[in-house]
Amino acid sequence: MIKQISLFLENKKGRLAYVCRVLANEQINIRALSIADTTNFGVLRLIVNNPEKAYEVLQKNNFAVSMTDVLAMEVPDVPGGLAGALERLDQAAINVEYMYAFLGKTSHGALVIIRVENPEEAIPVIREAGIKLLDGDEVYSL
Amino acid sequence: MYWNQHRECLPREQLEEMQLARLKKVVERVYYNVPFYRQKFQERGLEPSDIKSLADLKNLPFTTKQDLRDNYPFGMFAAPMSEIVRVHASSGTTGKPTVVGYTRTDLNNWAEIMARSLTSGGTTKDSVIQIAFGYGLFTGGFGVHYGAERIGALVIPISGGNTERQIMIMKDFGTTVLACTPSYAIYLAETLEKMGIDRSELKLKYGIFGAEPWSEKMREEIEKRLNITAIDIYGLSEVIGPGVAIECQEKKGLHIFEDHFIPEIIDPVTGEVLPEGEKGELVFTTLTKEAFPVIRYRTRDLSVLTRKPCPCGRTHIKMAKVFGRTDDMLIIRGVNVFPSQVETAILEVAGVEPHYLLVVDRVGSLDELEIQVEVSPRMFSDQVKGLEDLERKIKHRVESILGISVRIRLVEPNTLPRSEGKACRIFDRRNI
Repeated sequence: MIKQISLFLENKKGRLAYVCRVLANEQINIRALSIADTTNFGVLRLIVNNPEKAYEVLQKNNFAVSMTDVLAMEVPDVPGGLAGALERLDQAAINVEYMYAFLGKTSHGALVIIRVENPEEAIPVIREAGIKLLDGDEVYSL
Repeated sequence: MYWNQHRECLPREQLEEMQLARLKKVVERVYYNVPFYRQKFQERGLEPSDIKSLADLKNLPFTTKQDLRDNYPFGMFAAPMSEIVRVHASSGTTGKPTVVGYTRTDLNNWAEIMARSLTSGGTTKDSVIQIAFGYGLFTGGFGVHYGAERIGALVIPISGGNTERQIMIMKDFGTTVLACTPSYAIYLAETLEKMGIDRSELKLKYGIFGAEPWSEKMREEIEKRLNITAIDIYGLSEVIGPGVAIECQEKKGLHIFEDHFIPEIIDPVTGEVLPEGEKGELVFTTLTKEAFPVIRYRTRDLSVLTRKPCPCGRTHIKMAKVFGRTDDMLIIRGVNVFPSQVETAILEVAGVEPHYLLVVDRVGSLDELEIQVEVSPRMFSDQVKGLEDLERKIKHRVESILGISVRIRLVEPNTLPRSEGKACRIFDRRNI
């Protein structure tokens, strides 16, 4: 299981840069990032090398921040690699709420971050479907 | 132009004699019919017989908006429910409205003072009056309506909204008097220009505007753009509704109908009655109301009173155009809005004490209310859906309490202005 940091951001100039600067000042490295946005606000989701510290730092800087469990799924880095993995999740009746790609890759393939409804229950099901999931430590240190 | 010259120009001595007799009666009425007043009087060791002169009024307790709220919905009624024939309501300071009742006599008196007001504002039997105040629980529409019918004018009960239709009817029916909020009058003027309708195609002569504060600057603009005489009308539902006071054609202060209401100006902090000519909070005692009399009701409106004789011949005291409020009430599109109402709504929806800011803006000439709410960690989940839900629920709750549409904007924690630790709740950008 991977710890993802989510935070609330207004759609205002300079906010994203500010978040990144706050994390940089604490030597926190961003490994993956996604923004879900609406007209007025966005939710920024981050995978970082030290989620606990990032959470603390952002909270101290007055952000509305939360920590969410997500999964890091390894997929073959070839055309159809992701499609095949998602089809298998679908067959296993696992619903992906959102997903985004990871920077860099493992020795075996590409990495995507997925958020599912019950990560705890989904892990064995996904593994059974023959998909590799990475542990937190593996991901944070990539 | 008078509706009831005898009453409106009654010599002061006779007027005060009438006031005293009526004051005695109303004090008796509330003492014997409203437990709230009886208790308040008894706490001060007062009985109805202690009212011997008009000067004794100052010994009576004040009534506040909070008192009305505590007695929601009908606890302040001083007539049997079978005698009550109408209710109206205005916004309370939180979720519940303030409910006011009328007997048949009250409606009759209201029509009388509204007839006087509309006459003072230029309405006659031959007028065609377009009533663009909202009809409903708000007192504006019905108040003007019954006064205009009393005069015998042709009444167009169009209510608010649908501006292009308002203009079509104004043109086709030959409207001569317009009654609405001053900001709506400006909006109508703008829409006329946009529609390319020349002022000469309209028969408009007078406008009677109220239910929100407006300045002399706004009057000049309305008079110029609509080419009419614009008259200010004052009232509040707690006292009766529109028609408590009206400007005469002098347009220098509003005559308060003193045979129905006694005004006082008090120091809003100490409650002391201030001498004529000093600025303070307006307080009203109703003299003739049966269903919902109020004793020394604190309006929170700031004004000043003057007894200087008016060239129009009316002997009734004049109040200056309201300068502002002693509390944080806002008037948006004619609707009273208290920040505390918004706070209650957000608290109900989000389950946490919110930090919020009411931003009022005049876009074109219509007021818009945006409510900025800080997203606290407790409101925030990782989901966009959750935030959109929150936004929608707050909007729905606030709108159902206020009765006007609002925009909700979620903002980051600790970004709204705070002064001395206390949050500032209002940012009014309107240049009234």
